[in-house]
Formats: sequence, C-alpha cells, structure tokens
Amino acid sequence: MLLLIGKRLLSAIPSVIGVLVVTFLLTRALPGDPAAYFAGPAATPQAIAEIRKSLGLDKSLPEQFVVYVKDLARGDLGNSIATGRPVLEEVRSRLPASLELTLLGLVVSVGIAVPLGVLAATRPGSWIDHSCRVITTAGVSLPAFFTGLLLIYVLYYLLGWAPAPLGRLDIFNSAPRDITGLYLVDSLLVGDLETFWAALKQLLLPAFTLAVFTLAPIARMTRASMLEVLSSDFIRTARASGLSPGKVVYAYAFRNAMLPVVTTLGMVFSFLLGANVLVEKVFSWPGIGTFAIEALIASDYAPIQGFVLTMALMYVLLNLAIDVLYIVIDPRVGFEA
Amino acid sequence: MQRRAFLLASSIVTATGLLLAAAAPAAAQSRQETLVVLVENGPNSLDIHGVGTSFRSYVAAWNMYDRLITFGRKTLPDGTLSYDYSKIEPELAESFTAAPDGKSFTFKIRRDAKFHDGSPVTAHDVKWSYDRAVSVGGFPTFQMAAGSLTKPEQFTAVDDYTFRVDLPKPDKLALPDMAVVVPAIFNSKLAKKNATEKDPWAMEWMKTNSAAGGAYKLEKWAPGQETVLVRNDDWKSGPLPKIKRVIMREVPSAGNRRALMERGDADISVDMPQKDAAELLAGKDGKYKVVGVPIENSLKYIGMVTTMKPFDDARVRQAIAYATPFDQIYKTAIYGRGIPMSDGPAGAPKDASWPQPFPVSTDLEKAKKLLAEAGYPNGFETTISIDLGDATASEPEAVLLQQSLAQIGIKTTIEKIPGANFRSAMLQKNRPLHIASFGGWLNFPDYYFFWGYHGQNAVFNTMSYKNEKMDALIDASRYEADPAKYKEQVMGFIKMSIDEMPRVPLYQQILDVGMQKNIKGYTYWFHRQLDVRQIEKL
Amino acid sequence: MSETWKHIRYVLTENPVTLFAFGLFGLLLICALFGPWLAPHDPLFTDAARALKPPSAQHWFGTDALGRDIFSRVLVATRLDLGIAFSAVILTFGIGAIAGIAAGYFGGWTDRVVGRIADTIMAFPLFVLAMGIVAALGNTVGNIVIATAIINMPLYARVARAEANIRRNAGFVEAARLSGNSEGRILFMHILPNILPILMVQCSLTMGYAILNAAGLSFIGLGIAPPTPEWGILVAEGAQYIISGEWWVALFPGLALMLAVFCFNLLGDGLRDMVDPRRRT
Repeated sequence: MLLLIGKRLLSAIPSVIGVLVVTFLLTRALPGDPAAYFAGPAATPQAIAEIRKSLGLDKSLPEQFVVYVKDLARGDLGNSIATGRPVLEEVRSRLPASLELTLLGLVVSVGIAVPLGVLAATRPGSWIDHSCRVITTAGVSLPAFFTGLLLIYVLYYLLGWAPAPLGRLDIFNSAPRDITGLYLVDSLLVGDLETFWAALKQLLLPAFTLAVFTLAPIARMTRASMLEVLSSDFIRTARASGLSPGKVVYAYAFRNAMLPVVTTLGMVFSFLLGANVLVEKVFSWPGIGTFAIEALIASDYAPIQGFVLTMALMYVLLNLAIDVLYIVIDPRVGFEA
Repeated sequence: MQRRAFLLASSIVTATGLLLAAAAPAAAQSRQETLVVLVENGPNSLDIHGVGTSFRSYVAAWNMYDRLITFGRKTLPDGTLSYDYSKIEPELAESFTAAPDGKSFTFKIRRDAKFHDGSPVTAHDVKWSYDRAVSVGGFPTFQMAAGSLTKPEQFTAVDDYTFRVDLPKPDKLALPDMAVVVPAIFNSKLAKKNATEKDPWAMEWMKTNSAAGGAYKLEKWAPGQETVLVRNDDWKSGPLPKIKRVIMREVPSAGNRRALMERGDADISVDMPQKDAAELLAGKDGKYKVVGVPIENSLKYIGMVTTMKPFDDARVRQAIAYATPFDQIYKTAIYGRGIPMSDGPAGAPKDASWPQPFPVSTDLEKAKKLLAEAGYPNGFETTISIDLGDATASEPEAVLLQQSLAQIGIKTTIEKIPGANFRSAMLQKNRPLHIASFGGWLNFPDYYFFWGYHGQNAVFNTMSYKNEKMDALIDASRYEADPAKYKEQVMGFIKMSIDEMPRVPLYQQILDVGMQKNIKGYTYWFHRQLDVRQIEKL
Repeated sequence: MSETWKHIRYVLTENPVTLFAFGLFGLLLICALFGPWLAPHDPLFTDAARALKPPSAQHWFGTDALGRDIFSRVLVATRLDLGIAFSAVILTFGIGAIAGIAAGYFGGWTDRVVGRIADTIMAFPLFVLAMGIVAALGNTVGNIVIATAIINMPLYARVARAEANIRRNAGFVEAARLSGNSEGRILFMHILPNILPILMVQCSLTMGYAILNAAGLSFIGLGIAPPTPEWGILVAEGAQYIISGEWWVALFPGLALMLAVFCFNLLGDGLRDMVDPRRRT
C-alpha cells in the first residue's frame, strides 16, 4: 500500500511542475507593475527602477524562475505586497478558514442531496423524481455570489435570523486557542461551547450557499448509483426472501450505492475549494480564496503563486486520499497508478 | 465491516473532542465601551514610512502614534467638526517656538510622555524618527520634502527634551508638514533592537509591529480582516479619549456595510457610497446619520494626456470640456454628493480660492465647433480609462461621458483598470482620456498645482502637461511672502489651467461617514481617516 | 434510426422536465437571434430623469441607476451570453474532444501527453485560473471565451478518451480498418460520430457552466467593458442595490441567467437519458 501511495505521488510530480511553470508565466503576464505599486504615490522613475531591482524584477524571466524555485526549495513562498507578511504565514492562517467552510458546506450538501437522491431513486419517473431534479438543478444554476447576497438580504437584513456577515466570528467573540485552526473543532477541544455556537452561526449561511451549488452532482450520482444497485441481483434476492422494502433500501442498497458517491464527493470538494472564492468575498470570509482574488487584482505575484501551489498540492493529496479510501471501503478495487 | 469501522472511528474522534473539553469561558466585552468601525479595506502595514503603505494604513498610524504638533479643530457652518489647517497646536511637544528669521523651529518635549513599553520619549527618539522619514525614500521622504525637510543634518536633539529643526529658507509649509501623518514619533530604542545591519531602520519589523506611544495601543492586527486598538491610559499628549477599544472590521461589500449599519451591528461606516449618503440625508431612511464634509483641495477630473494626439491641441481639450454632461454626472453618478466645478463665472478667476468652478458648461454646439476648428469635424476614436476600485462613481461617469461624446462624433471604449494597477497605468501617461482624482494634504492652491500641473511631471500630473509659464508662477508662489503677489500668481495659474484645460474638473468630492445617532465628536481630517481620540459614544 | 427517434419521443413525453427545457431553449434562441429587434428601448440609452424606477407598464423590469431599461438590456444580452457559451463550448470541443479521442484511440505517448496536460489543468483551482487568464490577457469577450474553454478542456478530454478507448477495437472500427481507411479517417468518420452523442451531453452541461463563469468574472470586475449589457455584469452591478431596496436591478438579470443555466443543465440531463437509456429504468 505504501509503495502504491509513493508511486501515485511520484506520478503527480509532473502536474505540479506544470502548475508551477504556468502560474509563474501567468503572473508575469499580468498587466500591473508591482514596483510602481510598491514605490508609492510620489515615486520617481529612478525610485521605481530601484525597487524593481530590489524585488528582483529586473532580471530575465528564466533567472526569476530559478530564484523562485530556489526560494521554494527552502520553503519560502515570498512576501505579499498587500499585507506585507510572508505568504506561507498567510496561507497557514487562512487555509483553515476556507477548509472549515468548504467541509461544512459539503456536509450540508450531503445531508440534503443524498436523501433527495435516494428518494428520487426509489420512485423513478414520479413527480418526486422530477422535483428533486428541478430543485437540485435550480441550485446549481444560480451564481453562488448571487445566492449568497440574496440569503444575506432575506435572512440577515429582513428577518434578522442569521448573524451579521462579518467573517468567522461575531465581533465580540474571540477566536479559540489555535490548535487545528478550525474554529468548530478548536472550540470543542477547549470546551468553549459559546464560541462553538458563535462560529457555527457564522458558518451556516455561507456553508449553505456553497451547499446549494453542489446539490446537483451529489444527488444525481446518488440517484444513478441507487438505481443501479436496486436493480442488481442481490437486492432482488433480498426482496424475494421477504425483507421489508425499507430494510432493503436503507440497509443493503444504500450502503452499496455509496461507493461512487464517495468518489463524486472528492471531486466536488476540490471543485468547491476553488469555487468558494466568490462566496468568501460576499461573506467577508478571511479565507484563502479572498486572498487570491485580491492578489490577482493587485498583480501581487507571490500570493498568487503560493495559493495556486497550495491548491494543486491539496488536489493531489485529495485524490490520493480518495483512492486510499476506495480501497478501504471496497478491497476488490485494484490500485493502479 | 471495514466500512463500519471507518464510520465508527470518525465518530470516536468527535466524541473524544467533546470529552477533552475543559471550561474556559470567553471574556465578555461590553458593547458600550467598544467602537465598531466598518471599512472597505484596512491597513496593509503598521509603518507609515513603509514601502507600499496604502492610505488605509493612515488610520493605524494616526491613532497609535503621536506627532510633535497637530492641527487645531474648528466647527464648520453646518455644525460638523473639522481640523483647522490654520491652527497648529502642540501634541508630543508641550511648546514650540519659531526663530525670528523663520529658518528654525525649537520644540520642547513633554517630560512625562512615555512609549507603550513604558520608556520615556526623548528628543533622540524624535531625531531618529525624523531622520528615518527623510532617509528611507519613497512616499515619506517626498512628503517631508514638501515642507523643505530633506536631510538628517536639519534635525538636532539639543538635549534630552529639546529638538530643533533648521530650514534652508523660510517655508510656510514646513510647520504644517510636521503635523501630517508622516513625521510620527517612533520608539527608537525598541526599533533599534529590531534593526539589522541590512535594515538599519527596522523597516521589516515595523511593518507588523508597533513602536508607538500614542493614544491607542495595538491589540490585534489581522491584515484583510480586522485591526483592534485599545486605549493607552497613560497617554499625556492630549485629553484621555472616551473610547476604550476600537474594532475595525474589513467588509468589502458596500451592501453588507449598509445592512450592518441599518441593523445597528456597527457604529461607524467609513467608506460610504454616495447613494447611501444621499438617501440618508434625504431622510428616506433615517436609521443612522451621515456626516459629509467636502474634501479640501481634492477634485475628481477628466484628464487628457497632452502629449498624445489629438489631445495635444487645447481646442480638442476645450471641446471635451464643453461636451461633458456635468449636470447628469452630478445628479446620477454621485447623487449630488459633491460640489459642482462647472458653470463658474465667465472670464478670469475673480479670486485665489481653490478649488473654484471653471467657466464651462455643457454646450454640444460649441464643442462641435471647437472640434471642427481643431481639424476633427467628424470626431475620432479613443479610450476612457477608469479605476476599478472607484467604479461605483467612475463607471457611470464614464458611461455618461461616452454617450455625450458620441454626440459630437467621438467614439470611445471604456477601460477599467484594477485599483492596484491604476497608479502604474497613470504613471505611464499613455491613457489618453481618463477619469481620476487628486487631493493634496496641505490646503494650498500652489501645493495642488505643484503636484497636479507642474512640468516636473509627478505621477499626479496624469496629463503629462508642461507649460513653462505656469511652472514659473507655481514655483514663485511656493515661497511668496507678499499676500497680494501670491494672490496674483495663484489667479494666474488658475487662469492658465482654464484656458489650456489639460484637465476638466468635475466636482469637489465629499467625504461621507455614516454613524449611529449616539456617536458624537466625529472630526474631519485632511487624511480622511478616522481619528478615534475625539469620538464619544453616548 | 427510427428507433432512436422513437426513443427520443419516448423520453420527451415521459419526462416533462426535459420537454420544458427544450421549450426554454427555443425561447432563448429566439431572444438571441431577434433580441435587438424585440427590445422596446435602446439598451444603452441613459436618462437621468428615470433612474432606478421600479417595474412598470413602460419598463417591465424597471430601470437601472442610469435610467436604462432593464428589460431591453436583459433581452439584448442573451445573444452575447449565448455567444460566449457557444463559442467556449465549440472551442473546448475542438481541442478537448479531438485530443481526447486521439489519446484514447492511439494510446501510447499521445495518451500520456494529453493526460498530463489535462492533469495539470485539473490541478489548478479552475476559477482562479480563468481569472488569471482574463486578467493577464485583458477582459475582452474573446479572452473570456478562451479562459472558459481552457478550464473545461480536461473534462472533454477525459470523457472522449474513455469512450474512444472502449471503441478502438470495436467491430465497426476493425471493419473500417480492414477496408483500408486511414487512421485519421477512422478517427473522424467513424469514432467521432459514434461518441458524439455522449459529448453533446457534456456540451450542454458546460454551456451552463460557461455562463456562470462569465458571471463570476464580472462580479470581481473582470467582465466585459461597460456599457455592453451582459447578464453577469447586470447581476453584479445590481447586487449593490439589493440592500437599498432596488431589488429589480439584480433580480431580473439574475432570473434570466438562472433560467438559461437551468435550461442547459436540464437539457444535458435529458440528452443523457436519450443517449444512454440504461441510466433510466
């Protein structure tokens, strides 16, 4: 197994290198001039040239790339111009915020989509089936930022049920001691239930916004997979031997149908991590996505490179995890790199 | 079985989490003594001398650090408070005197003043801070130079509590320039401890740390999220502020900021769209109040790059001015939140006030005639560039201008440049037609023209305009001691800017700050950021 | 062939939702083709006197901050939005599907190269990649199309590769090979038509995604330059008026956008049913 994991990781190296090169070239093609930004409002051309030199931007592209890779090898992702802090530090403090949001979004989505999918599969072709399809498809048809804004308008502004969209915690709560960086987990670890609730309240709206966006693929996969299992021989046998329909569906069919759903989850998760940049912006969420957007708009090279690299590594690890999970769940599945 | 084991394992992990729990109640903070401020963006550095420090950072520097002197305050006719640039008052200095020849100033420093770490403030700290401002280059050095403060040799720590500044020649801007945000007083002992051989001014450390002694101490700074300041109870340079704690939250969406204010979840909203302000003032929705003050010495304008065809011809620039839909821009783009700069009295300027309305109005016939005279009877094609960061106002302005220009045959496309790149785009001086704004900290017409029109071609002269006669007038007025002569010089260069029209002033901007009805003491400052020290929450 | 038609008819009558989607698609096409003639007002004409007026008999969807008629703007935007979606899909199809088929059919190094490129693109956070491309190349319609096409490329390549791989040794391919057809001819004349239906499903789903992608870019300010109406920009601009009570500015463009994406997604589902009868029991 370890050997297989190693092999799998090795095979991911070319993609990661590809990502590095493409991101590097893309950032250098951005229209802004970090040196001019750095130099401030009253800069003279000489001052800008000096700053360009001190940033190493006067070197040729290949030279800059070599410097970048050398720094990277030392674990140095560079500094962000906008916040003045090392990118590594920014990523470390912001990634948990994004992860927590995305994970909860996924949990909410699964909680809604899987029952819908099962329901649809047990009554294919009925009005229930059709409405499930329409509802989930409608969810994926709205731009996530628009869903978010509408939810804020209705649930916070009009009704006052949701807390203010001010990021991870209400203004008067302080963050729990940093253990995992996930506020929900950390607050439970130190037994601070008040903070737990505060964090959960802040999370619900953005997580639901994300969930709405991902109902469709999960529900669709659950439905298809359930249909396939329900028509298979062993279910027919179970039915024939007089087991109650409920038991057949939930105890036997459901469990067997989950395998392809887990694979979909992995894909949905990695898609969500990339897609939640807009949701973060709407909810003032201090995640890694907001950071990346700001950096891109400001032609701030280091954070963009750091962000993309982090995401690429997560993508590789996630796929690996899914493969491993697959084997754990169903040992019949072979492992091919 | 393995599947079940997996599910079981994960639920065990959750359960242990619960068991590990130990009691740690979060400290409850009173809402009453805390001020919650909403901003669109927050500071990007705590060091006012830092490279790339944005104007959003002034709020941290202004409240955390002291200057030797500061400006007094006055009440405007409508009852709002404003700083008074004609009144200089001591801050960290307990008194100051000017030499009879106007070539030096001597400051006596408060003997009881301490930095946040408890060490006393001395003239050596002041000397170090001034040296730093003129040595590190970039914006702080430029700003110091605006008041003839350029070399460390000009600054002397006479003794522990006496500090002297020498000037090469008398300069009316020298004293006001020592009251702006840049000459903040740093704790030099603390800074030196964190300096390195490569970085003698501790630039790296100061970005994220404070070496201050002002009214507020830094509690937390999470860039892109929030800045939290707490009151320094030992502060001696002024009356003790009323607010104990300030939380500045960054909320990028204007709609969310409005919602938070309306629901009473925040006390002050600094970056208010003109539309919200106009509606609040019209009494449409009086859930909270708004205080609007015209920003001194600041104008939104249409710039034309005078080195590029066809804008090298003054008649073309005049034509653009006469084709500008001033009234529509004023009403629909900024909802009346500005002071119009068109339809001024005909002829030459009548006084030396600045800004003052230009004698232009929307007149398409006249614009067509001017275009034809310049040899473009059928118009031409060009691009209107705007700043994406300011798109709420600039975009409708550009669309209205585009439509109006189309009527005199000028076809345009609109280019939106992301905020951070706008400056470098303006620096290139190749965006033929652009909508931008410029304001000067020091409220003097010659100061505005020195940056905005002078042939030294600073970045703010986005039109790349050069006129030697105007330059001579600006340079002369800079050190003119005779008020009558000064007035004549100022009227002279204002007239030239009307005749030559390298930029068409649209309106003087208004700084609108929204606040709950129980907030008192808000004061307008030249740096446009919040001064928490004067604010009270009833 | 008649079997297929029968099946399509069966699916349509059996599945009212798909029928609805086809109807909606027809409507969108009409708007796209005739929008500029159907619009009651000039979508670009500003009028300060009628700014931010709620829906009325004169202005069905109300007016925006500059007094422009929102109904006309939404209607006229259909052509541009569908245009972006269609061109992006065609471009992706052209690159992704052909590369995928070649990879699946030839295997070997072709497969490895295509696979690597697809993997590399997939490893990017896709929306940020699209942002980066548009920010670097400039925010024109063409570049938005290119960005959308690139981030969708791996999906097509993967589907096409898998399907082509299954068919490379199928009977009809062997037959074509034996009757002396060149490899290229087999690829384009035999394999491509055979897997086209499956790819069409993908196309329909990506159409919706392309529109959403353009809307997202508009929201962060990387959309098409003003004053051209485009749904995403209309929604993004309108978003700032939600809290202040001018809900119509964002709502109607939002609905139009949602209906279009909804339509393409449902169509994709419906097409899947037609192409692959096994998925339904």
